[in-house]
This record gives sequence, C-alpha cells and structure tokens, in this order.
Amino acid sequence: MTMKVLVPVKRVVDYNIKPRVAADGRGVETQGVKMSMNPFDEIALEEAIRLREKGHASSVVVVSIGPQAAQDTLRTAMAMGADQAILVRTDAALEPLAVANLLKVIVERENPGLVSMGKQAIDDDMNATGQILAAKLGWPQATFASQVKIHDGKAEVSREVDGGIEVVNVSLPAVITADLRLNEPRYASLPNIMKARKKPLETLDAESLGVDLTPRLKVVNVSEPPERQAGVIVETVDELVHKLKTEAKVL
Amino acid sequence: MTALVLIETEQGTVRQASRSAISAASRFGDVDVILFGDNAENAAKLANVRKVLHVTNLPHLLAEPAAALLATLAENYTHIVSAVSANSKNILPRLAGLLDVQPLTDVIEIKNDDTFVRPIYAGNALATVQSSDRIKVLTVRGSSFDPVAAEGGNAPVETLGAPGGYDKSHFVKVEFSHSDRPELEVARVIISGGKGVKDAGNFQKLLEPIADKLNAAIGASRAAVDAGFAPNEMQVGQTGKVVAPELYIAVGLSGALQHLAGIKDSRVIVAINIDPDAPIFKVADYGIVGDLFDILPALEKAL
Ligand SMILES: Cc1cc2nc3c(=O)[nH]c(=O)nc-3n(C[C@H](O)[C@H](O)[C@H](O)COP(=O)(O)OP(=O)(O)OC[C@H]3O[C@@H](n4cnc5c(N)ncnc54)[C@H](O)[C@@H]3O)c2cc1C
Repeated sequence: MTMKVLVPVKRVVDYNIKPRVAADGRGVETQGVKMSMNPFDEIALEEAIRLREKGHASSVVVVSIGPQAAQDTLRTAMAMGADQAILVRTDAALEPLAVANLLKVIVERENPGLVSMGKQAIDDDMNATGQILAAKLGWPQATFASQVKIHDGKAEVSREVDGGIEVVNVSLPAVITADLRLNEPRYASLPNIMKARKKPLETLDAESLGVDLTPRLKVVNVSEPPERQAGVIVETVDELVHKLKTEAKVL
Repeated sequence: MTALVLIETEQGTVRQASRSAISAASRFGDVDVILFGDNAENAAKLANVRKVLHVTNLPHLLAEPAAALLATLAENYTHIVSAVSANSKNILPRLAGLLDVQPLTDVIEIKNDDTFVRPIYAGNALATVQSSDRIKVLTVRGSSFDPVAAEGGNAPVETLGAPGGYDKSHFVKVEFSHSDRPELEVARVIISGGKGVKDAGNFQKLLEPIADKLNAAIGASRAAVDAGFAPNEMQVGQTGKVVAPELYIAVGLSGALQHLAGIKDSRVIVAINIDPDAPIFKVADYGIVGDLFDILPALEKAL
C-alpha cells in the first residue's frame, strides 16, 4: 500500500509554561517563551509513524503553517520519524478556517490517503481545524481518536465521547483527529536528530497559495481571568466537615 | 435575528447544558431547536422555544450527514448554537467548514450579537472576539448560562429527514459506561481522584462511598485516566470536561495547569494531598495535607 499520511503540526507555547497575558491586551506573551510542538499533534504524528512502521503507509509528510521558527517544530517531527516537511510560512496569526483552507491546498498537492492531526491546539483551544478541513475536502472525519485500525481502505476509529467510547468506520481518504490516549509519542534519539537535518524541508509562502487569509474574528481584547485565592489549611477531617457545613455551606 | 440550537437528550430528557444553550441563544432573538433521535415531546415542552425540528433518521449523530443537514437550514438563521459536548464539537466546526465561517468554541459570555468571550490557553486568558461572519456558529459552555425551564412551553414539532446516501462513514458501536451518578457538567458536588489514588480498586473503594453520600459525580485527572483508574469520560480539565460544581473535592491530584482549567469555576474547592507544595493548594478554599488513604475513610465516616 502506498498511502501517504499528512500530519499538520503547530508550534505553540510549551504546555508546561503558564501563559501570561501581554501588557497591551492583544494576546499572550510569546517573546522569549519556550515553544514546542502542540502535544496533540505529537500524538497524531506518532500514530502516522506507527502506521508506516506497520506497512499501512508509505511515507509521512509533516506540514506547519507559521513563522520561520516553525522550522524547528518540523525538524523535531522529522527526528521523530517523519520523512519530509513543508513549511507554509506566515507571520500572521491565522484562524482555524484559514489554516484549513491552506491545508486543503497542501492536501490537493500531496494527495495523502489520510490526514492525521491533533484534536485541538493548546493555545487557541478551538478544536475545529480538522473538522473544517474534512468539510472543505468532502472527506469523512473521525475526531477525538483513541484507537485507529486500518483495513480494506477504511479506518476503524474508537472515539472518546461524553458517555464512553464510540466506534466509527470511515472510508479513506479521511481526516482523523487525535485525543490524548491514542498513543504515547516517542522521543527523538540523538542519531535521529542528526539524520533529520538532512531530510527535505520545503518552504512555501502562505500568501502565494491563493487562499483568502483575512481573519473573521477581530480580537477586541485578551485579559487575565479572575484569579482564585488560596484558602486555609485545616488540620483534621472534622474541622473540614465543620467548615464546609457552617462557613462554605456546601454540605 | 433567529437562532437554531442543536440540543441533546440523556435518557429521554433534554440535557441541562442544552437548556443553557437555549437561554444563551435567546439573547439573539427567536430560538428554534433541532433534535436528532427520540423524545421530541420533551423538547416541545422547553421554555423559550419557537419550533422543534425533529430529525428521525439519524440516531447516531454522525457528523457528516448531520452537518450537511444543518447547512441546508443555516441560511434561515443568524446564529447556530449548541452546548459544548463531544457531539457538538464534532458537528458544528464541520458545519462551519461547509458554510465557510469561523466557528467559536467554548463561549462563556455573550456581549452582543457578534461579540463573544472565550477562554484560550487552558483558561489562562480570556479572549473577547468580534465575528464578521454572516452566520455565527458557536458552542457555549453550559455552566456559564442559566438553563431555561424544562417544562412550560408548547412548541410545534416539525419532522425532518437528514440527506441519505452518505456511505463514507458508518457507526459501528458505542460503549457507554453506565452510571446512576449525576453528570459531571451539572453535578452539585464532584469528587475527583488523581495519580495519588494509585489504582482502579482504590478509586472504587475510597471515592465511591463518599460520592454515594454526597450524591456526587466522580471525576479524574488525566494521569488517573491514562493509568486506567477511571474511564476517559471522567477526565476533567482543559481537554476533558469543564465543571463548575458547588463543591469540588480534589484527591491525590497535583493541580496541573490543564486540570485547573477545568475546575476554576467551582464555588468551593477542597484539596487533599500529601505534598504541602502541590499547586492544587493555591486554588483550594480548604486543604488538608496528609495521606488520602487515611483521610478519605475518615471523611466518609464524618459525613
Ligand atoms: C495536551 C495536554 C492536555 C492535558 N489535559 C489534561 C486534562 O484535561 N486534565 C488533566 O487532569 N490533565 C491534563 N493533562 C495532564 C496534566 O499536565 C498532568 O499531567 C495531570 O493532570 C497530572 O495528574 P495528577 O495530578 O493525577 O498526577 P500527578 O501530577 O502525578 O499528581 C499526583 C498527586 O498525588 C499526590 N499524592 C500521591 N500519593 C498521595 C497520597 N497517598 N495521599 C495524598 N496525596 C497523594 C502527590 O502529592 C501529587 O500531588 C494534559 C496534558 C497535556 C500535555
């Protein structure tokens, strides 16, 4: 089987960093902040690499839409095992709709049999790009995946839903979005980091792909949420229950 | 202005979060609701509803035909709304793709017809955004809006069929973990366990008796779910369920950024943790530093 898998990866503020709202109220401070691959994209990439290792896919292509520095994210992806990378360069902060429209152009160029992507980016938390892309392509979608089995040109996908696990069967090509428990991504080994430097990385200009990138949302402002204050430490369970009854009045 | 609200039922009754979505959408004008599956008679009784659209041939709510149907109705509406749920997060962004509009996820405040507040960065920042799209597609957080009444209305029901013939996606099965406990999103009390609970047996033995006494829902941290102590639908946090109970009891969980994102709106937080420096104590109203294996049995007795 010669199916190519396309994996979009986003460069985001590292998940261990507590973001700070920028003083100008336009967004979140990213200057000098550690950036990493969106954790859900890592999981989606790991799944794609495993599909190739099991013989279901012939190659894994990663694509990132972002600034020049997103190259680092793509090199990390290739060190994990992706075969080649595409950077769609833009300094604008694009919305999921514009990202999906750009990805559609890349899909039409690369012709993958599967797009494996994260269910949400941990910066804008929108949880939308995969579904929008599937709609634009007219492809089926399997979101929030916790297990993927490929057979006979189809993917049987277990999905994390509100009450438990749902299983759907989608024809390929399809878009699958990864949830946390799909797999545990591997670490890139030092030799693989070296090898990744020689893998092909193509750069395209987002503006040149004939896609309308105009934002539909105007950011009016970004503010700090109200902070919770630390309360009191109690010594005994009886004291706790007493306070919950008489002070907090929740029991 | 007219809004269409996608509502869901749970064991026959309309979910409380769906009733909250109706009240949120009432800000925009008249509200029609659309229901996939049974129990349209319960939808007809909801307050503030002009008309019930009842789709009878799509019980499993596959995103592809559901979004395709919604797209044929969308031009009659200025806003398409649903409460945040696994189904709405699956379907509404796909609908937005079909309509070529930018959807809004997890709205917690409606400023006016086109301006909305939503959390970003795991709730560490709140973004106020103004949409220029002709049709606004949004999911709203149930706990941020008071629900409309479940009874009192008498809306007409119109039956609709989803377009047939879509054969690229099939429902295979669903495995629901059955529980008589309240849903996490609407529970008045939640007790959640983390990695510190150590195994699934302890989760049952230590958390369930307390949950029984308090009629509480049981939640879990990601680490506890990953380790198999609890099923995935119990995960609370940035990428699990966002909750806002009167009382949240956090047991043996450290209070990672991603977990706190899901519990910040709780009225009272209690933390039980052996590590006095655990970040959960920074947001807890009441804390006990100690071994949960001693504290939980004592708590059960004291209740
Ligand atoms: C993309 C992404 C999304 C995520 N989404 C979520 C999410 O939605 N929800 C979520 O919860 N996490 C999420 N996480 C994971 C999060 O970062 C943490 O890893 C996780 O919340 C930790 O779980 P925990 O607190 O149970 O475990 P730990 O951090 O290991 O904490 C265990 C705690 O138990 C205490 N303890 C141990 N033994 C005892 C004892 N005997 N008595 C009392 N206390 C004890 C310890 O002191 C410690 O504080 C996400 C992570 C990523 C990268």
